[in-house]
Amino acid sequence: MTTMPSTIGQHNLSSRGEDILLEVNHLKMYFPVTSGLIFQRAVAQIKAVDDVSFFVRRGETLGLVGESGCGKTTTGRCILQLYKPTEGSIIFDGQELVGLPTRQMRAMRRQMQVIFQDPFSSLNPRMTAGNIVGEPLIVHGLVKSKAEYRDRVGELLQNVGLNPYMADRFPHEFSGGQRQRIGVARALSVDPKLIVCDEPVSALDVSIQAQVINLLEDLQERYNLTYLFIAHDLSVVRHISDRVAVMYLGRMVEIADRVEIYRNPLHPYTKALLSAVPIPDPVIDAQRERIILTGEVPSPLNPPSGCVFHPRCPVAIDDCSKVIPDMREVEPGHWAACIRAPGYGSY
Amino acid sequence: MATLLEVKDLKTSFYTFEGVVKAVDGITYEVDEGETLGLVGESGCGKSVSALSLMRLIPDPPGKITDGEILFEGEDILKIDMDDMRRIRGAKMSMVFQEPMTSLNPVLTVEKQLSETLQLHKGMSKDEARRESANLLDRVGIPDPERRVKQYPHQFSGGMRQRVMIAMALSCNPKLIIADEPTTALDVTIQAQILELMKGLTTEFGVALIIITHNLGVVARYADRMNIMYAGKIIERGGAKEIYSNPRHPYTVGLLKSVPRLDLPRRAKLDPIEGQPPDLVNLPPGCAFRARCRWAVDKCATETPPLMQVGEGHLTACWQADKLGPSTLDFLKDLTDIDAPTNGASGVSAASAKDNQASGE
Repeated sequence: MTTMPSTIGQHNLSSRGEDILLEVNHLKMYFPVTSGLIFQRAVAQIKAVDDVSFFVRRGETLGLVGESGCGKTTTGRCILQLYKPTEGSIIFDGQELVGLPTRQMRAMRRQMQVIFQDPFSSLNPRMTAGNIVGEPLIVHGLVKSKAEYRDRVGELLQNVGLNPYMADRFPHEFSGGQRQRIGVARALSVDPKLIVCDEPVSALDVSIQAQVINLLEDLQERYNLTYLFIAHDLSVVRHISDRVAVMYLGRMVEIADRVEIYRNPLHPYTKALLSAVPIPDPVIDAQRERIILTGEVPSPLNPPSGCVFHPRCPVAIDDCSKVIPDMREVEPGHWAACIRAPGYGSY
Repeated sequence: MATLLEVKDLKTSFYTFEGVVKAVDGITYEVDEGETLGLVGESGCGKSVSALSLMRLIPDPPGKITDGEILFEGEDILKIDMDDMRRIRGAKMSMVFQEPMTSLNPVLTVEKQLSETLQLHKGMSKDEARRESANLLDRVGIPDPERRVKQYPHQFSGGMRQRVMIAMALSCNPKLIIADEPTTALDVTIQAQILELMKGLTTEFGVALIIITHNLGVVARYADRMNIMYAGKIIERGGAKEIYSNPRHPYTVGLLKSVPRLDLPRRAKLDPIEGQPPDLVNLPPGCAFRARCRWAVDKCATETPPLMQVGEGHLTACWQADKLGPSTLDFLKDLTDIDAPTNGASGVSAASAKDNQASGE
């Protein structure tokens, strides 16, 4: 079972006097690969999340970016305790979540909600929009009467830009953007402190994406919400996040303030990601320096030795295949896990 | 350069229980030899249907090409019979689909799938086709092609599968490749690889390329010309540089404005296109974009604007095109960086963003 890692407080949070809502320390999530029909033996492990630490301040948006399979969604699910982490600690509002009894965890879930990527599969097609939004109210016993329930559902729909009369419609009667609004309303229904947004706009059309992003920002301001915003689109992440964390193959490679990470990325993977983002202007796009990575993301079943990025890294040296770089605060508020990063020090 | 493909007033409809869906409603454009054309629009705008129409791959029923001409090398391929069409498909025009996972046959080796086309269209023997398959994989940058060619699609990653698709599309030296959202299912870093590869190969072999995408950013670097589609119609077309710097249709402007951009200062608020795309079964009279348009006037409700010339090779379907131009995008230059250390500036840009929004509603 979990003991608190000795390096807790590695971010020196208490000494900074910061208001931290969520702290993740040395989180590991390994999935077993089994073989055999009846007696399933674990033959290998997929290290979906491997020693990831970060924190989220109250009221801020932390963008979590990376390519598919890098463990960003798994991290989000571990925080919500939808997966039981293999190791590590998750402290939410001062309360350790790992190992918390189910009953207490259910009460905690009121304070942390999730918005999923695919608005087509995440809503129950047999429930009306009103019941989808109102269900958490009943589960958590937040309404006393039918009238109160109806009022609250109508209010929630209005808050996300839908009409209260739409409560009787079914999901298939809504467009993608509207369905995502229903998902947002449901998440809001229990007055959460934290919302994990797992790729909330990537399934939507460009013109609708901006509508949903603006909605999320308005709601954050109004209800003082904290977002963990998981996405792969770096231009969207820059727009919405206060700080950005970059993951690669189960590991955190860089965390910094939004301004800092886009102006001064230190990890070569972050640099490559940023340079790969297309710019909708042929003249400007042609002038940009592009780092096109060779090769593909290796399998998490058999990750490379040392720094997991070294086989694709344009600046790798021999030591990169030997040393596993830990996250270090190379500049105030800017963490990077790369021995080649300026200010990283000896390894 | 010679014209390779001419599409004239193409109309494709689907006959459903809810009514007739005019997925493609009279589009006209041409593609020159060796040119790269970007076809951009949101889901449901008819961009994929227009591509499938070119290949005559529309499922019939419920779909049907109801009108128009498709002149490929001067010949109307809507008039030829299916046997002749089959000889053109794969040999002279080929296609790369969005989902490399589902468009390859999972129970056949890559070699088998590649050599099938070669044997059929180029009359190669089995051995020749095998050797050529490995060559093709090498050409699209797959390492260790001799070994990889014997493998099945599931043994390849997403990016590698898309390379196999490109190898297949290139195998018979076609004149035209239609790529339908070729990078949408791929990761950002792999996207860049695949687009560079496609552009490099099509330039090398002088193949014309139609890239269909919903993302204006993806094609900016690669397209020579652009077609922007909305609700089954082309609403703006022209040279790529012209479209990006001097958009004359409110929808194009809306698309350019609604995306956050890494090269520009961060805005306090995004500027979305309000509302939803229209239902193609019950299209209102007049301009289909009218309900979402902040420049709309009374005329837009009654008369559908045709494509009108607004510059050299630049056409747009908007009654209000005169009111738009390069200056419409000036706000991009005037953006105040809200992340800049100076205080006070942020208030200004936030306020102007709100003004913009208010005027749109």
